[in-house]
Amino acid sequence: MNPFTYERASDAAAAIGLAKGSAAARYLGGGTNLVDLMRETVERPEMLVDVTGLPGRIEPRADGSLLIGAAATNTALAADAHVRTQYPLLSRAILAGASAQIRNMATVGGNILQRTRCRYFYDNAAACNKRQPGAGCDARDGFNRYHAILGASPACVATHPSDMCVALAALDATVHLDGPAGPRSIALADLHRLPGDRPDIETELQPGELITAVELPPLPFARRSTYRKVRDRASYAFALVSVAAALDLDKDGTVRDVRLALGGVAHKPWRASAAEAALKGRPAGPESFRAAAEAELAAATGLRDNAFKIELAKRTIVAVLGDLTGDEA
Amino acid sequence: MGNALMNFTINGQSVEVEADIRSSLLDLLRNSLGFTGTKKGCDQGACGACTVLVDGERINSCLALAVQYQGRSITTVEGLGTDGNLHPLQEAFVEHDGFQCGYCTPGQLCSAVGMAREIERNIPSVVTADLSADSVAIDERELRERMSGNLCRCGAYNGIIEAISETLVKAPALPQERARA
Repeated sequence: MNPFTYERASDAAAAIGLAKGSAAARYLGGGTNLVDLMRETVERPEMLVDVTGLPGRIEPRADGSLLIGAAATNTALAADAHVRTQYPLLSRAILAGASAQIRNMATVGGNILQRTRCRYFYDNAAACNKRQPGAGCDARDGFNRYHAILGASPACVATHPSDMCVALAALDATVHLDGPAGPRSIALADLHRLPGDRPDIETELQPGELITAVELPPLPFARRSTYRKVRDRASYAFALVSVAAALDLDKDGTVRDVRLALGGVAHKPWRASAAEAALKGRPAGPESFRAAAEAELAAATGLRDNAFKIELAKRTIVAVLGDLTGDEA
Repeated sequence: MGNALMNFTINGQSVEVEADIRSSLLDLLRNSLGFTGTKKGCDQGACGACTVLVDGERINSCLALAVQYQGRSITTVEGLGTDGNLHPLQEAFVEHDGFQCGYCTPGQLCSAVGMAREIERNIPSVVTADLSADSVAIDERELRERMSGNLCRCGAYNGIIEAISETLVKAPALPQERARA
């Protein structure tokens, strides 16, 4: 691990001020991804600004929205009584991720900003455009079972591994930022970038910007929502494909509204807008679910080992929507 | 950069130690303080052998920078029980063959103690059917899911689950689960 200095911030203004002192400063949450990457010298910050002491409150507000302090742990958010009843897909997504130990350490802000990555990114002996722009990509012709089927580029086929972010994308979450140029907000769905020819730049955050909170707008029909993660072993593994979904049905079984997002398929949490558009106003049932899934995956492309994920994603979408169509989701 | 003087409470004792600020909590415990009960397995958060309790919550000490945990109360396996005065869970691990080589055992023990507290606090898991219930209905499937962050390459999982179920969290066995395990 390369040398660095460590500072602990008492509030957002102090954190931003401290980080200004070094061009190679990084904010430190639970460290479960950053510390691991530092040990591999993939990440080489010269200064760590510990932001785990910043607000982590989870506050329901009068307008029905929920404000989540970025320092809340993954465990605290998943276990929150309001989240469990009003946004069960978010609880389920978080609980599907990592292990209990890691969820106890990891923060909401850190979960969002964990690196989009694959094994070749970790391996300093492999070519990786994300680790070293222009170096090439050993994953394209390598072991690519876990890699992207949507939105990938010749430069990078890695996936964003967060489960939480898939639920946040489905929920239209807003991310509140603060930084050297002042506070601003960005939709979670717009925060992460597709790789293009710069897979090393993963988010729209500017240098020194800090996530301070995540806001969930009210979504009453999210009480009928869930998250399904398909993986190679039953627990503690990254998604091959995951689906976050919330469904709002008319009395006659017509889809009034729907939220759908996919994980494990792209460089960013993937909001399935095409599928949503195909579903609205249609009768809830296997045929319209399948048609919506086909619409979303129409542009998907597979590599040697991951082409199965295209059909897997379609079937998982159909299965999850089927589950939500039952009387008791 | 360089070293820093750090303070912790470890197994109830105040400890002051000078260490490289790059030290993981795991390396600090083992190399600087001699608490070698905590084991280094993968050193990348994949196996759980390094699990310790911080203020009662289980974490992977390999992924924790020690400098970030100053002032906190840390419990290692040495704080759960001692030779001749074992924790009931340790006795049950012996009784139920909850280990063979024993390398993962300190992490399994600390993890199980942390898990029991999570269940007391009604923290759900991904297999919890009813998220709105006031308490989680614990069965063997719940225990296996909640302990999935601790790998045992000897495959002593059945004994581990029996030991936990006997001492910490009563969990009715699921016959069909056992058959597949």
